[in-house]
Amino acid sequence: MKHVIWVLLATLWSVPAAAQGKLNVVTTTEDLAAIAREVGGDRITVEAIAKGYQDPHFVEAKPSFILKLQKADILIVVGRELEIGWLPPLVQQSRNAKVQVGGEGYLDASLHATILEIPAGQLTRAMGDVHPSGNPHYWLDPENGKKIAKDIADKFSERRPNDRAAFEKGLAAFTARVDEGEKRWLAATAPYKGTKVVTYHRSFPNFAARFGLDIVGYVEPKPGIPPSPQHTLDLIAEMKRQNVKLVLMEPYFDSKTPNSIGRSTGAEVIVMPPSVGGVKETTDYIALFDYDVKLLVDAIKRSGAK
Amino acid sequence: MRAKRALCAALVACAVIVAPLPAAAQETPQALRQEIDQLRRDFEALKQQYGDRLTALESKLAAAEGPPPAAPETPAAAPGASPTAQVPPGAEGAGGPSGSLPVYGAGAAASKIFNPDIAVIGDFLGAAGRNQVNPSPSLAMHESEASFQAVVDPYARADFFVAFGEEGVDLEEGFLTFTTLPGGLLTKVGRMRAAFGKVNTMHNHILPWTDRPLVMTNLLGGEEGLADAGISVARLIPNPWIFLEATGQLYRGDSSDVFTAAKPGNVSAVGHLRGYHDLTESANIDLGFSYARGHNGSGLAVDDLSGTFTTNLYGVDATVRWRPLRRSIYRSFVGRSEVIWSRRDQPGGLQAANGLYVSGDYQFARRWFAGVRGDRSARATDASLTDSGQSFSLTFWPSEFSQLRGQYRRTKYALGPTANEFLFQFLFSIGAHGAHPF
Repeated sequence: MKHVIWVLLATLWSVPAAAQGKLNVVTTTEDLAAIAREVGGDRITVEAIAKGYQDPHFVEAKPSFILKLQKADILIVVGRELEIGWLPPLVQQSRNAKVQVGGEGYLDASLHATILEIPAGQLTRAMGDVHPSGNPHYWLDPENGKKIAKDIADKFSERRPNDRAAFEKGLAAFTARVDEGEKRWLAATAPYKGTKVVTYHRSFPNFAARFGLDIVGYVEPKPGIPPSPQHTLDLIAEMKRQNVKLVLMEPYFDSKTPNSIGRSTGAEVIVMPPSVGGVKETTDYIALFDYDVKLLVDAIKRSGAK
Repeated sequence: MRAKRALCAALVACAVIVAPLPAAAQETPQALRQEIDQLRRDFEALKQQYGDRLTALESKLAAAEGPPPAAPETPAAAPGASPTAQVPPGAEGAGGPSGSLPVYGAGAAASKIFNPDIAVIGDFLGAAGRNQVNPSPSLAMHESEASFQAVVDPYARADFFVAFGEEGVDLEEGFLTFTTLPGGLLTKVGRMRAAFGKVNTMHNHILPWTDRPLVMTNLLGGEEGLADAGISVARLIPNPWIFLEATGQLYRGDSSDVFTAAKPGNVSAVGHLRGYHDLTESANIDLGFSYARGHNGSGLAVDDLSGTFTTNLYGVDATVRWRPLRRSIYRSFVGRSEVIWSRRDQPGGLQAANGLYVSGDYQFARRWFAGVRGDRSARATDASLTDSGQSFSLTFWPSEFSQLRGQYRRTKYALGPTANEFLFQFLFSIGAHGAHPF
């Protein structure tokens, strides 16, 4: 009996075979996973924690994610405190030195990206759920996508120097695809530069800056604070005054308030996925912009707003 | 030239004033001139030396900083060009950030980098109604929990939770966690809430109720719970099916009124096995088995008997969660239950007391939660006495950082009249309180 227990214990205790060869990459969001996949190609396996159709601020720190992190060689995070509410306990419990903050496999994708809305002056939570180090939805600018890809390629090469050539190739191919796409998207949006829109959450500042949208207000009175009646009335008045004909909302919010704003102002509400996997058409980083730009341009054409 | 002459004059003046005036050396003007010349040569040599050193240092510094960064390539996105600061030397690799850091508003941020995350959570409790057995104060600043959390070094982090009650201060938890030990061992050292079941590990402010279930009060030491100074080791057990974690803990053996260490050898042990499985992407189940053993306080008065009586505790906990990902901020459900068996040896004989609670909490809007709980538990020291109760609660979250909760509680005590109470609670948090484990 005793032997059986010892054998059982030994089996349970045995360390899982270390993954050789392919880099095991875990990302917090599907956007980062999509970029990593293009850079790493068949030299990596990649998995995202949050789904593209869920609110990346509020992800449950499920123990099953601990298992993913335990085996990860590289963890890529959006940073700028997007994941502050759920990632730290997962990383702490991962028992994986590589993916601890500052570890050899930890990559904050925001370090070289252009970050908007970095608050200046004193911050308090009276401002809502503000991100002290800037707006974390920075991946919605293709220029940032290229910078993220560069950082990812550098990190991959650092961890697997033998595959450097493959990663450089992946990066070059991705960059070329983005460059080509960007021309297309800029051309499509160029005629509508300065179009006024309202968004639900502050998810689109980088997108708006790149493609010339003018965001005049938000359905949320403050970041992370649900719509209030007074704010909604003020917003409707402001939209009427400025003749705003478009409301952009993320798929994971309740459409009740945006729809009622739409009815009161004659604006069209479009559900615009901010992430890869947000809707089934947005299968990769390029497809995300193809989808969003088309959605936007079609809506602007319909509304006739300019 | 004029400057040089002035310098010489100054040097001479210095030499004259400072030199301890050995009269012989200044006898002739010639000697003086020689001395001045000597000084001038020394000074030139020194100047040359320092100049060279400075140049060398500058070139070294330039090399260390690397090539100048490429000119920013994003003309359009200028408004957001992020100001950054270098991470202070030594911060990299110490669990601190690497690369460049964002500058937060004020320059003072740099001086705060190594300070722990500090937060305070206030828990204000009010009660109305009748409870003659275990009355609650009508209004109380029940607890203010201060937390200090930071990475210690590349190997460990530390978490302190200090609870300020109305009467005193108590170290609720304070422990060091080794996050990266070989063999996948997550090791904690310090004072901790024991890994016995679910509710015992939770701080007051993350409970979905204003109080703790009766079974906790009767069998696990109430609000303080099983909490003690000790060592904890947890390991994930690799298997292809589920998340499985085994935890073993060794404590001094002093824990509320549950365990009492009469002598140093009376340590207590806690074991916990947790299994977790995602049923779908929205639903999951969490099962736990717990065991604790320690010496109890009975027989302490008699020398021969002190430390001879033990308490064995067995627990099973189950949690079912549902949260549809696409509507994750609007709808969720958590069902929980724990059953605890207490086997307490005491002078009058073994007391076998059991208890349980079952609860469900449903989120029906972004900021609203409704909950129900049923309680039933015998008392640890007298298993023939069984208390039971029911609770209904409604919670409103103005934001992530505050909660208002109302709870109606009916408790049928084994001895004494049934209590009907309305409890209400304000919870509010300031600062950077770390996220809680799932």
